Amino acid sequence: MSLSSDDVAKIAHLARLALEPNECETLGRELSKILDLVAQMDEVETASVMPMAHPLEMAQRLRPDEVGESDRRARYQANAPAVEDGLFLVPKVIE
Amino acid sequence: MQWETVIGLEIHTQLATCSKIFSGSSTAFGAAPNTQASLIDLAMPGVLPVLNRDAVRMAVRFGKAIDAQVAERSVFARKNYFYPDLPKGYQISQYELPIVGEGAVEIRLEDDVCKTVGVTRAHLEEDAGKSLHEDFQGLTGIDLNRAGTPLLEIVSEPDMRSAREAVAYAKKIYQIVTYIGICDGNMQEGSFRMDANVSIRPKGQAEFGTRAELKNINSFRFLEKAINFEVERQIEVLEDGGKVVQETRLYDANKDETRSMRSKEEANDYRYFPDPDLLPVEIDQAFIDEVVAEMPELPDARRARFEAGYGLSAYDADVLTSSRTQANYFETAAQIAGDAKLTANWVMGELAAALNKTGAEIDDSPVDAPALGQLVARISDNTISGKIAKDVFAAMWEGEGSADAVIEAKGLKQITDSGAIEALVDEVLAANPGQVENYRAADPAKQPKMLGFFVGQIMKKSQGKANPQQVNALLRQKLGA
Amino acid sequence: MHDKTLTQLAAAMSAGELSSVELTHLMLQRIAAQDAALNSFVSVTEEAALAQAKVADERRAAGDAGPLTGIPIAHKDIFCTQDVLTSCGSRMLENFIAPYDATVVANLQAAGAVMLGKTNMDEFAMGSSNETSYFGPVRNPWDTETVPGGSSGGSAAAVAARLCVAATGTDTGGSIRQPAALTGITGLKPTYGRCSRWGMVAFASSLDQAGPMTRSAEDAALMLAGMAGFDERDSTSAQRPVDDYAAALSNPVKGVRIGVVQEFMGEGLAAGVASSVTAALDELRRLGAEIVEVSLPNAGLSVPAYYVVAPAECSSNLARFDGVRYGHRCADPSDLEDLYKRSRSEGFGPEVKRRIMIGTYALSAGYYDAYYLKAQKVRQLIAKDFRQAFEQCDVIASPTTPDTAFRLGDKADDPVSMYLQDIYTIAVNLAGLPALSIPAPASGGMPVGLQLIGEVFDEARLLNVAHQLQSVTDWHQQAPAGFE
Repeated sequence: MSLSSDDVAKIAHLARLALEPNECETLGRELSKILDLVAQMDEVETASVMPMAHPLEMAQRLRPDEVGESDRRARYQANAPAVEDGLFLVPKVIE
Repeated sequence: MQWETVIGLEIHTQLATCSKIFSGSSTAFGAAPNTQASLIDLAMPGVLPVLNRDAVRMAVRFGKAIDAQVAERSVFARKNYFYPDLPKGYQISQYELPIVGEGAVEIRLEDDVCKTVGVTRAHLEEDAGKSLHEDFQGLTGIDLNRAGTPLLEIVSEPDMRSAREAVAYAKKIYQIVTYIGICDGNMQEGSFRMDANVSIRPKGQAEFGTRAELKNINSFRFLEKAINFEVERQIEVLEDGGKVVQETRLYDANKDETRSMRSKEEANDYRYFPDPDLLPVEIDQAFIDEVVAEMPELPDARRARFEAGYGLSAYDADVLTSSRTQANYFETAAQIAGDAKLTANWVMGELAAALNKTGAEIDDSPVDAPALGQLVARISDNTISGKIAKDVFAAMWEGEGSADAVIEAKGLKQITDSGAIEALVDEVLAANPGQVENYRAADPAKQPKMLGFFVGQIMKKSQGKANPQQVNALLRQKLGA
Repeated sequence: MHDKTLTQLAAAMSAGELSSVELTHLMLQRIAAQDAALNSFVSVTEEAALAQAKVADERRAAGDAGPLTGIPIAHKDIFCTQDVLTSCGSRMLENFIAPYDATVVANLQAAGAVMLGKTNMDEFAMGSSNETSYFGPVRNPWDTETVPGGSSGGSAAAVAARLCVAATGTDTGGSIRQPAALTGITGLKPTYGRCSRWGMVAFASSLDQAGPMTRSAEDAALMLAGMAGFDERDSTSAQRPVDDYAAALSNPVKGVRIGVVQEFMGEGLAAGVASSVTAALDELRRLGAEIVEVSLPNAGLSVPAYYVVAPAECSSNLARFDGVRYGHRCADPSDLEDLYKRSRSEGFGPEVKRRIMIGTYALSAGYYDAYYLKAQKVRQLIAKDFRQAFEQCDVIASPTTPDTAFRLGDKADDPVSMYLQDIYTIAVNLAGLPALSIPAPASGGMPVGLQLIGEVFDEARLLNVAHQLQSVTDWHQQAPAGFE
């Protein structure tokens, strides 16, 4: 499996990562190597195997519908890079 | 070319839980920005979701209400995309294994024709936050109070063939979710939001045309207008030899048009996979039984009961059961009044008009159900006439007290003493000898109409208080002699 | 004093021979004097530590002390610690002051443990050498030209160098066991669900598990008892009581069947490591254990499956780092896309980016079945291999790593060779099983780890076997030169 620079650029965009052109090339090579490693899975036949999403054989626990949180905005926004009037600020969102 | 419209709806209903689907934050509407955003809602590093039991219960209740399969095992998946109102960079939703499977609802169209619309599935997911575009030096503000509010997304089959059918279906779903108490139905606050998938095809063609998705419509009126506009647009495109593009469009109510959204997720590759922070939701029969036991009577069943039990017309039963609050109001009032038909007329007539005029909801009516029931009872027991009752209702509406209090205070009690009525009748007949003569000479077929003159005179003299039935009977007796 | 184990120090404090304040002072002094050579701490919380030590001494005086009360420990910087920098070894969180405590942190604090600071780690726990940290590599106290392993390399180095009595770590593919092996300490990855993940910055949610890093199995038993337990804030937390690990330590090993994984003893294993592991197994046999051979036929596919599952989950888990609510934000973003892309590219290092890219690719349209679904099926096969192996034995044994610590920079340019460091540890995470690494005899002066793998929730037996071995050997008591 070999990823082209275009493939890499497309994935980088989906992942919202900015890559320099030379990074695309290096990453393409590295990722292709990793995919070769991953491709070893093809050695084993799995058509009749149930996928395992999780190591636990448990069902989801349900929480009672109770409000247990109070306003801690000031504390929670202490790490925010840009805040005004209690809102997180981002560059203009165009819909 | 004759075109056929094909519509499917995706309806997002906010579930009426107190806390969010995966956190203990309040879901109350209208709080100051980000004051109802907990660590989980903010997607702080290291936080984890735990599922709200009532959200599951409500989803199951909906499933049972539309006779759908409730999945014994359903799975939450992550829908990955970047957007500032989506703090985790993914939305927790259900993808391959939704909690509610196939079901159906019946809609009634204007000419009483019924049509079944299939529900493909309904799944639980979390709502996003809100982007506020007021001016912050050209920036957008993000409020995450809404993030994590539980949603049930109800997906229909592409079974609707006109905007009217789509509206009838949407209203039906609205009726169900509000009836069974899983959604507050507040459309201004975004509790019930609709996306419409609209396509057209030449009549008779089996395969579907390319569809456009109309996003985030929050009123039935806009739904109808948006679909109609979109159908016209697509016809124009195709008849001009163009092609409909599969895209997301936004309905602009101010301009009454739909426009393409600047490719919100251009690649549209959501990379769904099972959320490893959540385990499969398993629902056993005991859980379902519990939900079914607390299920309120459904609108269709209630309508049938109103027809059979109260002897109401299909139309009246339909109107009265359109909302649960109205149906409850009617039943409470009717029980006190003892006359269902008369109560129905009052609820749909005087009360509806008064509510409409002031824009109040039936829950907030100044005349509550027991009060109206008492008023109607006073008509049935001949304490007052229907005409006087309207004045009494007006006084009650203004807060002047109960029906009995108003009748007492204003001395509106009907005159039923036969001696007193006979005196009034005699007085009026004596004062109008010419009319009496004319009446007696007239064609019997015309007499009932002519009787009205005397009734009017007598009612005027009694200030409306004379019992009309008694007046009529006495008049006929005396004039016939 | 600093050379004593947790168990010994707790006894000394109990006997009134030592106060927590004294011990905490001593450890803080050692960190100040020695850590420049190792870089094992990202933050040292001196003031808070002394305050906690004082409270611990008061608790002890009031007769309200457990074995962890007053013991100075360190937390891997992946655990959220309220009002303390929680960097996860990343520029992304260089200035992130956590607004809350992880459950593991809160549990240990409630038990009276004293937090000395936060330890260095591979960025977002992605790495096997601690070279991917934004705060610079950690050095192995046994030879500072070599790596301590990763991703819990800071915790491992600090425990090995006696800069703290014990430390917390996390293990997604070997991140506790591999550094424990390379630094000659005891490290335990519990069963998935045993320790709460609340407040542990997520790397791969279906694999991550917190565990103790200590100088003996006995210490690990005490630490795990303090860390573990059901937590209603974690949907994947196991609702079962915590076993009495300390009580089980003294059980005899006689008759315990230990299955040696054939596939892990052959090609790719350094000869010195093989003979060390064999020597350790011989010792267990002398204690009465029955040594048998077991096979994990699909274990060879664990690294390939892991490098789909872990990156896929990480690509999604790390999407929240977008420069909006916390974390690194680029300067003057021109628009939303620029904000995302530059903040993330500046905030994440190369290894994190590689894994996000692989995971994004593996989940993307058209590839899901070939990669993610396939990996989940392989995962099932691996879990089945373990179930079958446990029909023939009570505990599975293998080397922890293929070799002793490698030199800094040696594998930095070859991600795949770095990934193969975890070839013996990864299958355990895929299956969700408990496993620990304890020192075997050193090879060429460098520590070697013996891995013991248990059935689900069988931590007590693993600790028991390890403790019995440590009762008759002194491999775990060796200290690196200069840090004795």
